[in-house]
Amino acid sequence: MNPAIIIKDLYKNYGPIEALRNINLEIRDKEIFGLIGPDGAGKTSLFRILTTLLLPDQGKATVLDLDVVRDFKKIRKIIGYMPGRFSLYQDLSVEENLSLFAAIFGTSIEENYDLVKGIYSQIEPFKKRKAGNLSGGMKQKLALSCALIHRPEILFLDEPTTGVDPVSRKEFWDMLRNLKDHGITILVSTPYMDEANLCDRIGLIQNGMILSINTPEKLRSEYPNRLFAIQSEDKFDILQRLKNAGNTHSVFSFGDEIHYVDDRLDITADQLEKMLRELNLPEFKLEQIEPTVEDCFMELLKQN
Amino acid sequence: MIEEIITARDLTKKFGDFTAVNRISFEVKRGEIFGFLGANGAGKTTAIKMFCGLLYPTSGQGSVAGLDIFTEREKIKKRIGYMSQKFSLYEDLTVAENITFYAGIYGLQKKDIIEKRDELTDKLGLGDFENKLISSLPLGWRQKLAFSVAIIHSPDIVFLDEPTGGVDPITRRQFWDLINEAAHSGVTIFVTTHYMDEAEYCDRISMMVNGRIEALGKPSQLKTDYNVESMNDVFLKLARG
Repeated sequence: MNPAIIIKDLYKNYGPIEALRNINLEIRDKEIFGLIGPDGAGKTSLFRILTTLLLPDQGKATVLDLDVVRDFKKIRKIIGYMPGRFSLYQDLSVEENLSLFAAIFGTSIEENYDLVKGIYSQIEPFKKRKAGNLSGGMKQKLALSCALIHRPEILFLDEPTTGVDPVSRKEFWDMLRNLKDHGITILVSTPYMDEANLCDRIGLIQNGMILSINTPEKLRSEYPNRLFAIQSEDKFDILQRLKNAGNTHSVFSFGDEIHYVDDRLDITADQLEKMLRELNLPEFKLEQIEPTVEDCFMELLKQN
Repeated sequence: MIEEIITARDLTKKFGDFTAVNRISFEVKRGEIFGFLGANGAGKTTAIKMFCGLLYPTSGQGSVAGLDIFTEREKIKKRIGYMSQKFSLYEDLTVAENITFYAGIYGLQKKDIIEKRDELTDKLGLGDFENKLISSLPLGWRQKLAFSVAIIHSPDIVFLDEPTGGVDPITRRQFWDLINEAAHSGVTIFVTTHYMDEAEYCDRISMMVNGRIEALGKPSQLKTDYNVESMNDVFLKLARG
């Protein structure tokens, strides 16, 4: 089976701004692939090229063996796209929006109800309500239902969880796992690093360049440094002191801990603790820990 | 000097039959970093609008910087700063123009404005970008500048509504360095975020569910109270109801 999406040497500029620089990427059939990176990294440009809404300057991309430039009409029939901005008709009802999207693709709600049921049934009690009057979480569910109603083979979700609270985000990812089980390939972008763990594979993107393509597990296991977590009541003080300490490779706040990497690569937790004690830091606890995806991303940002 | 920068007592806002904010009561102290958390639609934005003097409460009591949120709303606007992810700086003005513009709006004297402008661009490393349009700056730089501009008039309190949404993880932490620095200098910080690691950086946080404050305390205290490992788990436990 060919990869669902193949991207080769892709470039896109907006005037002097290089939005995408030499992107090479393959998305496998029926996987959840997460494109992880901050605003302005190029995620949306890549989505818009793959959904045939934007022409690349150079390079080539195919979606299910169809060329994004030449075969754009065919591609549009077999993909579902949920853009980052809410893009449904605010003055149509929930049901009218879904019917409209079904009709455009020559199908009906009834025909594909089994696929959207898990999601749509949650907003069905409000089906007469205008889309503009829905809460954020409900809008998101309606948008996903509309992107799915023609049973697409690939789903493109551009930052579906941005600005969404942790509870709704968790529910949304449960829905995505469920869609994967229906055999749909999913390309999803997000600025939240913790969502990376929910993807089969991830690509880290920054400044129009892909920094790494990997499974979340492998990305973490390839982290090049020994990472130490420091806990203290005086976190802010320790952070400032370590920033200016001589052997600091990196030091960052990380929730209720500080994550520290020393530039002496083979230093052990015991050795490090002893050295830090000599700096007369406020009381602290220290242990070596496994990196998160966010640690890996920050290390890659530092290297680039 | 007033030590309680925000007070709210049974503060309520109704829109028709819908109670968006339901009798919330709490205080925020000077220099505190206060995290105002909750699910989408829980009532956070409505509450913030009342504290900023933008929305007239239905009932209850409240004050900001010692000023009444019912009767002294115009005075409040001069004593607060505000910044959000959605609205911060004017994209088609330059860095220097944005600084000058905001400083002017807040009534700074001309010579203070020039001094502040140079101080700010120097501190943020934007010296070479003074005459560049905001739209040409990376989001992270913009947000750091937007924050600095929001406190250019040394307000008693600054409201930050999801200030770090979409910002890369390193810049997000630099942003929090600025927040900490401002708090140390006595500016009270009132911040909303969906990043639960950032909830840990707050001195105290409140958790809003369906218009009510369901929990309030230090992050470590809340984790103990709810017997969980992380703020994310506190959130999931509470917001699920």
